[in-house]
Amino acid sequence: MMTNPTGRVTQGQFSFLPDLTDAEITAQIQYGLSKGYAWSVEYTDDPHPRNTYWEMWGMPMFDLEDAAGVLMEMNACRQAFPRHYIRLMAFDSTRGVETITMSFIVNRPPNEEGFMLERQEVNGRSIRYTVRGYGANRPEGERY
Amino acid sequence: MTDMTEITDKKKRYSAGVLKYKQMGYWVPDYVPKETDTICLFRITPQEGVDPEEAAAAVAGESSTATWTVVWTDRLTACDSYRAKAYRVDPVPNNPGQYFAYVAYDLILFEEGSIANMTASLIGNVFSFKPLKAARLEDIRIPVAYIKTFKGPPTGLVVERERLDKFGRPLLGATTKPKLGLSARNYGRVIYEGLKGGLDFMKDDENINSQPFMHWRDRFLYVMDGVNKASAATGEVKGSYLNVTAGTMEAMYERSEFAKELGSVVVMVDLVIGWTAIQSMAEWCRKNDMIMHMHRAGHGTYTRQKNHGVSFRVIAKWLRLAGCDHLHTGTAVGKLEGDPMTVQGYYNVCRDSYTKTDLPRGLFFDMDWADTKKVMPVASGGIHAGQMHQLIDLFGDDVILQFGGGTIGHPQGIQAGAVANRVALECMVKARNEGKNILEEGPDILRKAAATCGPLKAALDTWGDISFNYQSTDSSDYAATPTTA
Repeated sequence: MMTNPTGRVTQGQFSFLPDLTDAEITAQIQYGLSKGYAWSVEYTDDPHPRNTYWEMWGMPMFDLEDAAGVLMEMNACRQAFPRHYIRLMAFDSTRGVETITMSFIVNRPPNEEGFMLERQEVNGRSIRYTVRGYGANRPEGERY
Repeated sequence: MTDMTEITDKKKRYSAGVLKYKQMGYWVPDYVPKETDTICLFRITPQEGVDPEEAAAAVAGESSTATWTVVWTDRLTACDSYRAKAYRVDPVPNNPGQYFAYVAYDLILFEEGSIANMTASLIGNVFSFKPLKAARLEDIRIPVAYIKTFKGPPTGLVVERERLDKFGRPLLGATTKPKLGLSARNYGRVIYEGLKGGLDFMKDDENINSQPFMHWRDRFLYVMDGVNKASAATGEVKGSYLNVTAGTMEAMYERSEFAKELGSVVVMVDLVIGWTAIQSMAEWCRKNDMIMHMHRAGHGTYTRQKNHGVSFRVIAKWLRLAGCDHLHTGTAVGKLEGDPMTVQGYYNVCRDSYTKTDLPRGLFFDMDWADTKKVMPVASGGIHAGQMHQLIDLFGDDVILQFGGGTIGHPQGIQAGAVANRVALECMVKARNEGKNILEEGPDILRKAAATCGPLKAALDTWGDISFNYQSTDSSDYAATPTTA
């Protein structure tokens, strides 16, 4: 278990709050849809802070305007990968934004092992740091 | 009485002697500014007996080509186009003796990509000019043609968020306290605790450089150990603004290189290093994938008083072009000067794609930013978790909220202080997205979250009632009613 105050990976908008219920997730999806964002579902078993590209659960749902549809995709992903990290992301294609505008974790492994910090002493007192997931040496799909 | 209109007869106009600025051609009431002109709005207070139009013409003259007397060498130039043109003067509402003077400048007057050059004209001699009691550059419309000669923020807020993997909420920071005196080892402790507790950034203070109690290399080494350790403990990208401000560019580059070597995502400079140094540092940051944090140390000396100086909205526009990624722009509700609507005007200038005229927010011009990257505004100074609903309502998501005392002064320790702020932030963003009226329900939302979060409860019990409601000195003359926090 991780030693930070939440005991878990704190990425995303709502990691410090109790897990969102499906009803609460729906409210967030609805908010994004009302702003014209496109939702997508992504999953991984490598939540390294610089692992940018989680696996895509299908394409971003550009034309989906019904929160229930997004929730359905999310739950299908949860069913397929119950022990993976899963996040919902909203995308805004407005000129000058063209990036993710919401992102929060909706599924986690039962036990979050977290990361170790490797220190390599180099010149003088300088240190090179590497953050490594405890499960990173296991093959993809078997880390949690 | 002297005829105050422009003298068009060339012989009379250029005969040796002293003329009024209006007679020299700096007052052109029917002038229509070109798309490529820079337009400045000055608030001027002429000396007793000085005609406001003549004063406006003098501002145009002294900020462009004029000297105190006629010079024949003007005739060797296409001087009509080099003269700035005052074309409009309005009395300032409710401020007898003050006038808003509009002055237009041709594109040729400013060197491409140089804020130093632009400011040497616009806020050069003119601010010491005797016939004016006081002058203030209130706002500026910079044309697309000139904007496109600047590279702007090295990173910009969109790419910064992508690099940090943080979306849909304000970022959280804290300035390490006490400002002075901590050894590097103790300093790094504060960094680690704050970041592990839930903050995204920690920050050096503006006057932390390399004093006898803490050499800069020592600070960088311990801080980066704290940053990396916190990153591993949370699984999040973390950063700490390493202040590289120093006495020379060479020293700043040396410090920046070391920050990069240690893997920092961000370096910091103070506004007092000056325009040219800022543009050079922005260049370095662009080359080295670095976020550039700008602390506006010193600005209060010329931005705060309404009758004289330069408005911060102008400084913010220049800084966005010169290139910085973070800029301290005020809190409205904290301990430092800032009328809420005026402060919102600064935020707009940092983040807009197209700035709209908005007089109550102090914005006098429409201005197209021509896709210049956006600056992340920073709200820092005397704010705490109990104000979260007000802060999010005022500033939205694209802002860094910095709670220094409000993190480090928490009765249960620094990590607890960070937890309180992060929980307050997340519950308020969630509530806003759910459609709740956070301005009204904010205190309730915080209390509810505090029921399951001891650190937030302790923060609210300690600071819940603290506010800084003082009248602002710098509010819009067009505000319906003066606003206080």
